[in-house]
Amino acid sequence: MHNDNRVSKAKVVVIGCSAGGFTLVFDIISKLPRNFPLPVIVVIHRSRKHKSSIEEILNSKSKVMVRVAGDKDQLIKGNVYFAPSDYHLLLEPDESLTLDCSEPVLYSRPSIDVTFQSVADVYNEKVIAILLSGANTDGANGICYIHAKKGFTVVQDPESAEVRTMPEAAISQCSADLILSNLEIFSFMDNLASTINQKS
Amino acid sequence: MKDSVVDVISFEQVEEIIEWVNKIHGFDFSGYSRASLKRRITRIMQLQQLSMYELKSLLVNNPAFFEEFLIEVTVNVTEMFRDPTFFKGVREKVLPYLSSFQRIKVWNAGCSTGEELYSFAILLDQENLYNRSFLYGTDINRNVLNTAKKGIYNLKLMKQYSENYMLTGAAGSLSDYYVAKYDAATIVNNLRKNILFSVHNLVSDGVFNEFQLISCRNVMIYFDVELQNKVINLFYESLCPLGFLCLGSKESLRNAELAKKFRVIDRVENIYQKIG
Repeated sequence: MHNDNRVSKAKVVVIGCSAGGFTLVFDIISKLPRNFPLPVIVVIHRSRKHKSSIEEILNSKSKVMVRVAGDKDQLIKGNVYFAPSDYHLLLEPDESLTLDCSEPVLYSRPSIDVTFQSVADVYNEKVIAILLSGANTDGANGICYIHAKKGFTVVQDPESAEVRTMPEAAISQCSADLILSNLEIFSFMDNLASTINQKS
Repeated sequence: MKDSVVDVISFEQVEEIIEWVNKIHGFDFSGYSRASLKRRITRIMQLQQLSMYELKSLLVNNPAFFEEFLIEVTVNVTEMFRDPTFFKGVREKVLPYLSSFQRIKVWNAGCSTGEELYSFAILLDQENLYNRSFLYGTDINRNVLNTAKKGIYNLKLMKQYSENYMLTGAAGSLSDYYVAKYDAATIVNNLRKNILFSVHNLVSDGVFNEFQLISCRNVMIYFDVELQNKVINLFYESLCPLGFLCLGSKESLRNAELAKKFRVIDRVENIYQKIG
């Protein structure tokens, strides 16, 4: 598919989505192979008013471990961390996570921009970022920040996104490495796993 | 297409700022989360369009700027009855026990603008415990404490707070505890008589009283693990035997040594009782 060096050297996958992207995130995570070689951090916009059990359900349906990110959790490869509702999620230089309840960014807490930037500050170009469907422009600054730091950026094709605002905002702000349909995103993740696992 | 501005300040430069702030102003941020500090300092530099050189110069030469810096780098976001299930847990599992104490002293550490401490005061009042209670709110930040002392909040926010309050399952109405005038809600005097707000730095200050309940939520997330343990130890030293420590759903006693000194009262809301 692509032999981009940056993909095989990546340390983490970050995924951001909002309205219209939850089912896709669910499918992406539940299809991950047991030995997925990187930690995955997922930021989705969700209300704090309704208790969400997406992590629990996903954990039971996935081959990888899925959990709500806890303060100072150390990143482990093959584990999937969801930003809890009502907190921003940051990454420390020692590769542990920090929760943060400062002001919402673009009405969002967690904010995709905040997590994407924080992860890029630690791993620089060794980041793979994926931005999916959503109804606001959160995520565009974050993925372009990763792009500016030479990380690898993937945006869902607005044509296949349920709500196109978020991927469109990203594409208009910087040029993503790949713009993929849903099916292509699945095979990207598959390839990613085998590329890195073969290497090691 | 515009280029994203990356690395307004590097992690190495964050270390430099930490050192300067400690040397010049005596505030030790070395136990703070670097990710959070980097983000907050970047924010100040972007808002005020400062270079690293200008930031350092202001920190050295301008005491008023340091006050501003302190407010910006520490997060001061809070609400009344934030996370209603937490207050429900306190009301149902802690207050019945607290009522057996003659005097109930409460410490809200890192109280910011005071909303959380007033929430505790209301909770105690609902159970007829307020008159034998005394509540202390502390923060490192003088400015937020001034807001806390005034007890005047934006009336618009009270709608959200009332919703939170109802979800705690407490009786009565939040509007019994404030007076609305124009767009301001002022906490009633009766609720303020047993409350004291004062400066205390969790990093450098020690035990100042003995408490039956200590609440500290969404504060230790900004600390590294080592400082978190040090602060929990300070809380342990500050609690009376069988006193309660409330950390909220995101902060727990993960250090095994410290965990031995407490028993778990609420596993989700991380409420503990001192036993050791």
